[in-house]
Amino acid sequence: MTGTPQGDTLPLERDFEATIGHDQRIEPRDWMPDGYRRTMVRQIAQHAHSEIIGMQPEGEWITRAPSLRRKAILLAKVQDEAGHGLYLYSAAETLGADRGELTEMLIEGRQKYSSIFNYPTLSFADVGVIGWLVDGAAICNQVPLCRSSYGPYARAMIRICKEESFHQRQGFELLLTMMRGTPAQREMVQDAVNRWWWPSLMMFGPPDDASPNTERSMAWKIKRHTNDELRQRFVDITVPQAEVLGVTLPDPDLRWNAERGHHDFGPIDWSELKRVISGDGPCNAARMARRRSAHEDGAWVREAAAAHAARKTGREVAA
Amino acid sequence: MSTGNAYEALNDAAGDARWAYGTGFADPLAGVDTRLPDGVDGADLGAYCLMLGDDALVMSHRLQEWVTRAPELEEEVALANVALDLLGQARLLLARAGQADGSGRGEDDLAFHREPHEFRGVLLAEAENGDFAHTMARLLVFSTWRLALLDRLRASRDPVLAAVAGKGVNEVAYHRDYAAGWVVRLGDGTALSRERMAAGLAAVWPLTGELFAAHEVETRLVAAGVAVDPAGLREEFGAVLRQVLAAATLDAPPLPVPGAAAGRSGEHTGALRDLLAELQGVARGLPEATW
Repeated sequence: MTGTPQGDTLPLERDFEATIGHDQRIEPRDWMPDGYRRTMVRQIAQHAHSEIIGMQPEGEWITRAPSLRRKAILLAKVQDEAGHGLYLYSAAETLGADRGELTEMLIEGRQKYSSIFNYPTLSFADVGVIGWLVDGAAICNQVPLCRSSYGPYARAMIRICKEESFHQRQGFELLLTMMRGTPAQREMVQDAVNRWWWPSLMMFGPPDDASPNTERSMAWKIKRHTNDELRQRFVDITVPQAEVLGVTLPDPDLRWNAERGHHDFGPIDWSELKRVISGDGPCNAARMARRRSAHEDGAWVREAAAAHAARKTGREVAA
Repeated sequence: MSTGNAYEALNDAAGDARWAYGTGFADPLAGVDTRLPDGVDGADLGAYCLMLGDDALVMSHRLQEWVTRAPELEEEVALANVALDLLGQARLLLARAGQADGSGRGEDDLAFHREPHEFRGVLLAEAENGDFAHTMARLLVFSTWRLALLDRLRASRDPVLAAVAGKGVNEVAYHRDYAAGWVVRLGDGTALSRERMAAGLAAVWPLTGELFAAHEVETRLVAAGVAVDPAGLREEFGAVLRQVLAAATLDAPPLPVPGAAAGRSGEHTGALRDLLAELQGVARGLPEATW
């Protein structure tokens, strides 16, 4: 444990704390406590896994997109998510992790991904709502991570946030177009909002009094705001956007509280989050099965590439 | 852009102008004369644009099917990239088709509201994916042929086709390199990959004859200086394939014998019917909708 520095790590630990204290970045070759390294690897890997699993719910609609422009936008978006996964696995590798091992951990269920991707996408409006609410919540979570204390992660987040914000605007624009379309389209949008609103609020994680790691992560400046702070911020930003769209957020308790200067909102069903995280959401099995089969079905391709590369290196050395 | 207020920025600007996406890219048709060249039959030109556009649209769809199923993340990115390039080519070509034939149909009318027999793409593009080796064999064949075609099409008398070809040559050159790289790795990889690569090539090869057969529309437009004669692509195609397959330590099949222009005449397989059911389903389910 990092709390009990021994012998010669004491000055190193002091340097580490000083770096954090001065709001400077920890870089891959810097000394860091084992707990910090483990926490960063876990957080970055979970984020990477979320990007890759997150390709699935929207990816199902690429071949079905109802216009070629929407198809191109969606395909580019899902491609960006694969790219985000790649940067993030690379950031984890700067801490000594191995992408192949992290992938194994994911498909064996030993590491998690964001539970939001365990919900189904039932209509094309879901593509827009995922862009608006899910990417919106992700941005609220991730913008502060651009100032995370671990340098490679913070830098990866800057690029990812820019792309996420582009996706979010595209999602919002799709919804705005649909809301100006036919009554059936407006119903599709409202239905999708009804289904995604509460799971989006759960994306910020359990409430602060039930979030055991928050305190340490904040001390290490891995995390900059608590779950509840970020959730409140998301609600406050989203309410006026829902008004612009003309959709109703499915919460009868949602109203402006002038005294607090924030919106009040109804109680979140935390048992649902627990259930989905523990593997019992509507699509957990399907998401994992797809990821596992892509990985396993591709094993012979990766083996062939490695065999070819080894043979080519051998030939080059011989020549 | 400030990353501090990325989410809040949604509320910043008034009006709809802020939602104009894709404007950061160069318009490949900027400054191009879109009038029909003298002496060119608009119906023929429209039909030819559909042929090349449908090839790209349908091939793109097959590559889209790989998304979330690729053997490695780098392949996810690359396959999506190739699919996006081809989709972009399809959109320009379908738009030109509806303009040239005088029907005024847009890219979406043509993509979503034609029946299978009205599609003019080659059978090679519509065939099902098979495994990764099969998909790479098809992509190598398709992009080698299409690159040879687009390279010549840059000299077309139709300025729009010439511009689309000019943009497409760079894209398809990458597609060909990408596919060739995998054909070599899999052919010269493990015993299993070699077997699958050979099987993929064998599955694709019977569909190559059609690539070098001219439909009557193509024959007329070749005479008008607008289209490329597919028969003239066969030698280059054969030379590229021999080179790649030699590096892959695989036997090169004999040059394909030109077959009938089936897909160009609207004669397709059940694979296209199923593909279009998926591609067109949502759009047709809500015909009055705007997207």
